[in-house]
Amino acid sequence: MHIEIDEIAKTFGTTAALHPVSLSLPSGALVALLGPSGSGKTTLLRILGGLEFPTSGRVLFDGQDATGLSVQERRAGFVFQSYALFRHMTVFDNIAYGLNARPRASRPNKVEVARRVTRLLDLIQLPDIGARYPSQLSGGQRQRVALARALAIEPRMLLLDEPFGALDAKVRKELRQGLRDIHDETGLTTVFVTHDQDEAMELADLVVVMSGSQSGGRIEQIGKPQDIRSKPASAFVREFIAA
Amino acid sequence: MQAATFNPTQTSLVPRLLIGLAVALTLLIVVAPLVYIFARAFGEGWRVYAENLLNPATLHAVWLTTITALIVVPVNIAFGISAAWVVARFRFPGRSLLVTAIEIPFSISPIIAGICYLLLYGRQGLLGPWLADNDLQVMFALPGIVLVTMFVTAPFVAREVLPLMQAQGSDQEQAAVTLGASGWQVFRRVTLPNIKWALLYGAVLCTARAVGEFGGVSVVSGNIRGQTNTLPLHVELLFNDLNATGAFAAASVLTLLALVALVAKTVLEARKAR
Repeated sequence: MHIEIDEIAKTFGTTAALHPVSLSLPSGALVALLGPSGSGKTTLLRILGGLEFPTSGRVLFDGQDATGLSVQERRAGFVFQSYALFRHMTVFDNIAYGLNARPRASRPNKVEVARRVTRLLDLIQLPDIGARYPSQLSGGQRQRVALARALAIEPRMLLLDEPFGALDAKVRKELRQGLRDIHDETGLTTVFVTHDQDEAMELADLVVVMSGSQSGGRIEQIGKPQDIRSKPASAFVREFIAA
Repeated sequence: MQAATFNPTQTSLVPRLLIGLAVALTLLIVVAPLVYIFARAFGEGWRVYAENLLNPATLHAVWLTTITALIVVPVNIAFGISAAWVVARFRFPGRSLLVTAIEIPFSISPIIAGICYLLLYGRQGLLGPWLADNDLQVMFALPGIVLVTMFVTAPFVAREVLPLMQAQGSDQEQAAVTLGASGWQVFRRVTLPNIKWALLYGAVLCTARAVGEFGGVSVVSGNIRGQTNTLPLHVELLFNDLNATGAFAAASVLTLLALVALVAKTVLEARKAR
């Protein structure tokens, strides 16, 4: 799905989080929102997912105005930085949650739910953990379960907030490839937030470099990783990717 | 290794003394009076005990206390969850004031609550004439008893649930809505299971307090035997009648309820800690 961000601004009370930003994300792209903390990247991601609403500006999905759509109507697969797995449910029930929450008319039957959950567990390469509880999983496993849960609702896009933030270096590297593979297999437009330039450069097709200021976060440069490396658009970008 | 530096005679003597003291005090102050209640209640045999319990006024008091608890506890659960949810999930002016307000009943003597309600709803009170005109009896009747008990027990559920909700944050709830869940589905399948044990724990404490409330209720009930006497009030009445066995029989019912609540509380505490 093509995502168009048109002059989106956001203020929380008196604090400016996003200076008006505009951005066009081609369908099927794997996009990194890269920037230091306070650059508004997470706010932008949450606006896409419908968890925050912009103070001004529009969001368009495939050319249709989606600004006022509720979070449920967006059908965005969202992976939280904390993963936010349901502690009291098994991995199976976590992944099945979105399917079981559907209205009766469109809810798949039990057999179909089980089939889909099994397929997702295969996709994240953890076929045997359905009966476990989140507390029994490693950090990397939790992240993949959160990904499977987000994919279960057959989302129109995939949004990930610092998906590798809480993991150690070795697991990070493995899961980067895992996300790339899942993205390629599903073909979903995928946006992830990171403050790690290596991660953004290595993984993304398109990198959006953001910076923070008193007047809110703004976009410094949008481009392919190699273009950002070879032709940084501003002193900020040059310094940030060199760090 | 700090333990190695302890003097062995000291480590065995001091803890033993303290443990002995704690056990002795608990027996003397807590257990002995409880045992005495049952000893006195059964002192003249089973038959007298049963007769005293089956006395219509005593049965009515048990019934009134049960009804009061059955109304108060569910209302309190609903109030506690809503209050905790509002405070944990939203930032608004006066938020900390609301937290303080919820705790007021803990710091105020229940008898003051009773008097406040009397001044508000009583015949000479602020709303008294209006209530009288509309033929509504609040004071010296069930509504008054329920209102005061609600006031006294208001903080119990909220206080248990709030810290848990604050610690857990709203990530899981947000995740549920991104998965398409409606508000009710989020509450039913995510919020409620996460606070389940704390909620039950609060409800047990609330029940125990509602059943045992004396001071506030004594002001608004009017102590009409067989009509507005709750169980604790009835115990006092029997005692003033010099009917010690009757008083102790009624007290034994209250004590039993309290012990059941205590066991439930201990079990829930263990589950909650998990």
